[in-house]
Amino acid sequence: MSFMPSFLISLAAVAVLFGIGYGGAAAGAGAVIGIYVPYAALLVFLGGLVWKVADWANSPVPFRIPTTSGQQKSLDWIRRDPIDSPFTKGEVVLRMALEVLFFRSLLKNTKTQLHHGKPAYATDLWLWLAAIIFHYSMLVVLLRHLRLFLAETPFFVTAIERADGFMQVGVPVFYATSIGILLGLLWLLSRRILNPLVRYISLPNDYFPLLLLLGIAGSGFCLRYIDKTDIVAVKELTVGLASFSPAADAIANINPLFFGHLFLVAILFAYFPFSKLMHLAGVFLSPTRNLANNSRAERHINPWNPKVKMHTYDEYEDDFRDLMKEVGLPVEKE
Amino acid sequence: MSDKGKIFLGLIVFIVAVTYPMWGGVFAKTPAPDVQLPDGKCIESRDYMVANHMNMLDEWRDKFVREGEEIYIASDGTEHAISLTKTCMKSGCHDNKTEFCDKCHTYADVDPYCWDCHVAPDQVAPKGGN
Ligand code: HEC
Ligand code: HEC
Ligand code: HEM
Repeated sequence: MSFMPSFLISLAAVAVLFGIGYGGAAAGAGAVIGIYVPYAALLVFLGGLVWKVADWANSPVPFRIPTTSGQQKSLDWIRRDPIDSPFTKGEVVLRMALEVLFFRSLLKNTKTQLHHGKPAYATDLWLWLAAIIFHYSMLVVLLRHLRLFLAETPFFVTAIERADGFMQVGVPVFYATSIGILLGLLWLLSRRILNPLVRYISLPNDYFPLLLLLGIAGSGFCLRYIDKTDIVAVKELTVGLASFSPAADAIANINPLFFGHLFLVAILFAYFPFSKLMHLAGVFLSPTRNLANNSRAERHINPWNPKVKMHTYDEYEDDFRDLMKEVGLPVEKE
Repeated sequence: MSDKGKIFLGLIVFIVAVTYPMWGGVFAKTPAPDVQLPDGKCIESRDYMVANHMNMLDEWRDKFVREGEEIYIASDGTEHAISLTKTCMKSGCHDNKTEFCDKCHTYADVDPYCWDCHVAPDQVAPKGGN
């Protein structure tokens, strides 16, 4: 699908979904959107996740297929690269940790441009930066949301709130990560749209998650800073949901915008296991990352190789030793 | 190679970790704070104040400190002196910070930094203050 239809379909989908949450609550279906939909979404999320990971776990990975970009372990006097061509478990763990925590492979992103008619290659760290800003902002935002679920907010959430709001701008205090998540997402989206090479390979299932996350972060931003709601009533609802005793009577006091936010989150969770967002689990299970490059030192046998019936020379000689001796052929064992 | 054991172990750890707070009682239900509302009318309607009191205080602060305005005209036309501690928290209104502001704020985990400087009537420092 080309750019315009892909983008517009995704945009329309997010807008309609937001409208369902917002309009549904405004029309009095707050209990459906605030209670049944989130529970259903959570079930689909967990079930889908288990199904997907089980499917991956059942796919055989008989051989070592790590993508390497460094010298592998060979002779002692040849300098090797333990991270880009890991040989031991420890090195694999280190490689994975750098990947998961710092998105190390994105640092290898390059751009190609024509310079005086010749292609030139250069590193391009903007993708890495935008991804880091978005992911870490989202992590902090989610941790801060714990205050809506926990009776007593643990010390680390309070500490994060302090650090995040340290600029003390505005009331309620602006959080750096509320802006960070939006800027990161806008950056990733504009990269998809403005870079013709990336635009060419982008499909609705690339635009939709980005726009969905933008819808969530945008509606959350409005909820905190612009069109505010009664947070005490929200917390009654969320704490009730999380402890399986939903407080339906709190719903009437809550701004429909909250339900727009919540409905998009529910959609995100239900959509998650079936989408590219599953890289959350996939990053740990990619055989191109999580295997040691030790094919030269260890033999890896393909489990579905057909069973070959073997008849070794020793057995052959056992069978025919007497006959061989008779005709004067040499034998190994007398 | 088969890492099925490890993968399923990881999966179980993940599922238990994300759902434990729900069934393990970590997200236990706590009653919403039951704040004591004084008699009479607030500056604006209750619903508006619940959601927007912090924005109103912010606006008041700017009006008072930056623009020198001392009177706020509410949407019903009544006039109020702009002051956190002498209007909102005057005696007969929300004079008890612990029983009013703090109850909600502790529940919702907000810790306004206003009290770094302003002193609530029920917490007047020994030597007095504003
Ligand atoms: C009905 C419950 C409730 C009561 C009573 C209440 N507040 Fe709040 N207040 C809140 C909530 C909830 C927030 C956080 C809103 C958010 O995070 O969007 C808040 C936020 C604030 C903030 C902004 C804090 C920040 O930095 O984010 C200020 C200032 C504030 N309240 C002042 C007061 C004062 C002063 C009183 C007492 C006169 C008071 N509030 C009483 C619920 C309440
Ligand atoms: C750094 C100290 C400081 C902090 C923090 C602070 N204020 Fe103030 N505030 C002042 C001072 C000083 C005045 C001026 C008092 C005067 O001129 O009588 C003032 C005045 C005000 C006024 C108008 C006058 C009055 O009597 O109330 C309001 C309203 C106000 N502040 C609200 C807030 C709110 C809401 C917060 C928290 C979000 C806050 N302030 C945080 C120092 C502070
Ligand atoms: C993927 C999940 C979610 C994301 C990315 C997200 C994002 C955001 C963002 C960016 C904000 C702006 C304020 C801030 O930074 O804290 C926000 C606010 C808010 N979100 Fe979410 N959210 C998510 C899930 C939820 C859920 C599950 C709920 C409740 C059931 C919720 C309820 C709220 C509320 C009530 C606010 C306003 C908070 C305030 O006024 O202080 N969010 N959200």
